[in-house]
Amino acid sequence: MGVSTANHPAPRAKRASQRIQLDRLIDLLLPLIAVLGALVIGAFILLLLDVNPFEAYRAMFWGAFANKNGLADTLVKATPLMLVGLGIVIAFRANVINIGAEGQLIVGALLATFLGLQFGGSLPGWVVIVLAVLGGIFMGGIWGAIPGYLKARLGVNEILSTIMMNQIAIQVGYYLLRGPMIDPAELEAGTNIPHSARLERVVDLPRFTDIAKSLGFTGTAKNLGLDGIQAEIYGLLAEPTRLHTGLIFAIIMAVLVYIFLWRTTIGYRIRAVGLNPHASRYAGISVKSYVVLSMALSGAFAGLAGAIEIVGLHHRMFEPTAVSAGYGFSGIVAALFGKLHPLGLIPSSILFGGLLVGGDKMQRAVQVPQVFVTMLLGLVVIFVVSSEIWSRRRANRRVSVDTDEEAGE
Amino acid sequence: MNELGFVAILVGIAHSALRLATPYLYAAIGETFGQRSGVLNLGVEGMMLMGAFSGFYAVFVTGNPWLGLLVAALVGALMGLAMAFVSVTLQAEQGISGIGFFMFGLGASSLLFKTTIGSVEGVEGFAELHFCLPGGFCLSDIPVLGEIFLGHSLLVYGAYLMVPVAWYVLNRTTWGLNIRAVGQNPQAADTLGVSVARVRYLTVTFGGLMAGIAGASLSISLLNIFQEGMTNGIGFIAVALVYFGSWTPVGVLLGALLFSAVNALQLWVQVLGLNIPSDVAVMLPYLLTILALAFPFKRALQPAALTKPFERGEN
Repeated sequence: MGVSTANHPAPRAKRASQRIQLDRLIDLLLPLIAVLGALVIGAFILLLLDVNPFEAYRAMFWGAFANKNGLADTLVKATPLMLVGLGIVIAFRANVINIGAEGQLIVGALLATFLGLQFGGSLPGWVVIVLAVLGGIFMGGIWGAIPGYLKARLGVNEILSTIMMNQIAIQVGYYLLRGPMIDPAELEAGTNIPHSARLERVVDLPRFTDIAKSLGFTGTAKNLGLDGIQAEIYGLLAEPTRLHTGLIFAIIMAVLVYIFLWRTTIGYRIRAVGLNPHASRYAGISVKSYVVLSMALSGAFAGLAGAIEIVGLHHRMFEPTAVSAGYGFSGIVAALFGKLHPLGLIPSSILFGGLLVGGDKMQRAVQVPQVFVTMLLGLVVIFVVSSEIWSRRRANRRVSVDTDEEAGE
Repeated sequence: MNELGFVAILVGIAHSALRLATPYLYAAIGETFGQRSGVLNLGVEGMMLMGAFSGFYAVFVTGNPWLGLLVAALVGALMGLAMAFVSVTLQAEQGISGIGFFMFGLGASSLLFKTTIGSVEGVEGFAELHFCLPGGFCLSDIPVLGEIFLGHSLLVYGAYLMVPVAWYVLNRTTWGLNIRAVGQNPQAADTLGVSVARVRYLTVTFGGLMAGIAGASLSISLLNIFQEGMTNGIGFIAVALVYFGSWTPVGVLLGALLFSAVNALQLWVQVLGLNIPSDVAVMLPYLLTILALAFPFKRALQPAALTKPFERGEN
């Protein structure tokens, strides 16, 4: 074996590098193939329900991406997905599985609402927004650090403890919203619906349309004579939609998390702990501290998502599960689809935000209940984690080829 | 409150606790087999929901609870088989793929419910057995003992029967030995000619079947209705119970009883109008789960190969 390679080193090296490039391409495509697989199974289920799958999927993607209102809703949903997903990426990179983003988001939203209500009338709006956001980060971080600590100190399985923490957060939310945090108007009316009062308007995160107006873009697409794609894009950016600046914030966060994980020592150590805890321990890294840290950071991002949902979109706290809206789980899907890369999360959150919005449009167009999307997301998760075997197999083969070559020289 | 009332309340709590342990028991005993062989199936909640719906639907259409039970078991087993394929053949990360099965089950059961039945309907599921004598006297009226232990449906008694059966299979049969060997040291088991993959396929499929029955025990025995997401975390707690019960059927039984007792207590707190906010009471089982998981002396008993895929030729 060694003799033949020594005689022709160049073509072999070239072939190897071509193969590595092909492998990389396939690795990048695998999540897409997984989504397609999920859509194909979904199509069969639609056929069973006597619905034309092409019509249904068309309604879904058109509704989510092809007009300004759909696109605005898609981006509004992509914002919490991205923030939650960033937390998931940090935890998964440290090989800690955080299923608790739902609960972390809820407690973050609760504290953000509390701070917003408390200081909304007395301090300048932007100060209150910063306070609320910091509160969300803090509370989510605590909610994540608890299971992190239990795992590091007592070996408690973090998947199970975070799931339990979700349920506890939901009940804490109901307790606060039925009691101390309830909207005084609800008490007066005697309806007692569990939600808080609306935050002062100065605490609202600016919407895209607010910014466009302050820059002088006050006209609508119609009276500016725009049509087609131009009109939709102008409408998305300048006309009144729910799209708020939390999106920009989330994208900046994605870049910061990328820099954090790949360009700082702490980020490097988090990834090292995830790749090989034993080697990390030898290298003098306190693995336990990094498990706690990664869970705290992961929770902090979910809490941040909760705070942004409050100041950017809802402006009040209501039923905890309606505020978290499954983002703790769909965030995992987005993170997996983005190959656990902070920058990959940007397109992947927009795609899955679109899927969530599209489910609603599909329900209206072809009367398929929106829960179809939950089922689809489950299939995507199963397919993405199952498809990893092919990347792993190729990686193993590559290692064995490399060692053969080394042995030959 | 007089003494008689106090006894009646205790009897009521005990009766409810025995009943409520049923879904936990089926799901956790099934999960014990999977985990003992080295596979952590976190999709139990989704499989329970699918079982709960399919069983309910079968009874809704045919009126036959036994057929409902069979359908639920089959649907659960099918999902278990899929989980086995993903975790054993494709060696996928078990924690995350389990979450995938949970989401799939939650979505699919709700989708099917909305497109077939659509509204909350009741069915006549498994009847409660009161063991009535010809004279009109029912054994379940016997004070205290009869009131606590009788008057449950067949599925409730079936759940308790599973405990000794599971204990016997795991500890006194070759099958059980193989399961434990595969979970503890798959390489050694493989060397001795035990097919690791076959054992894990069987245990995980069985776990799915039991999860399906657990779901049916809710929808066609305890509650006799189906609602979206009606399992409400029972499947996840069942997985935690296996840890709590240190991977033994008897430990699982104790855990399930403790949990259902807390659940029953929480229901009675509301009935009695005690001055504890209901939200706090609902929180108790989950807090208890976390505390239970933190017991430090349990970890040594964990199957060594739990969550680790097996591939021949790895050292």
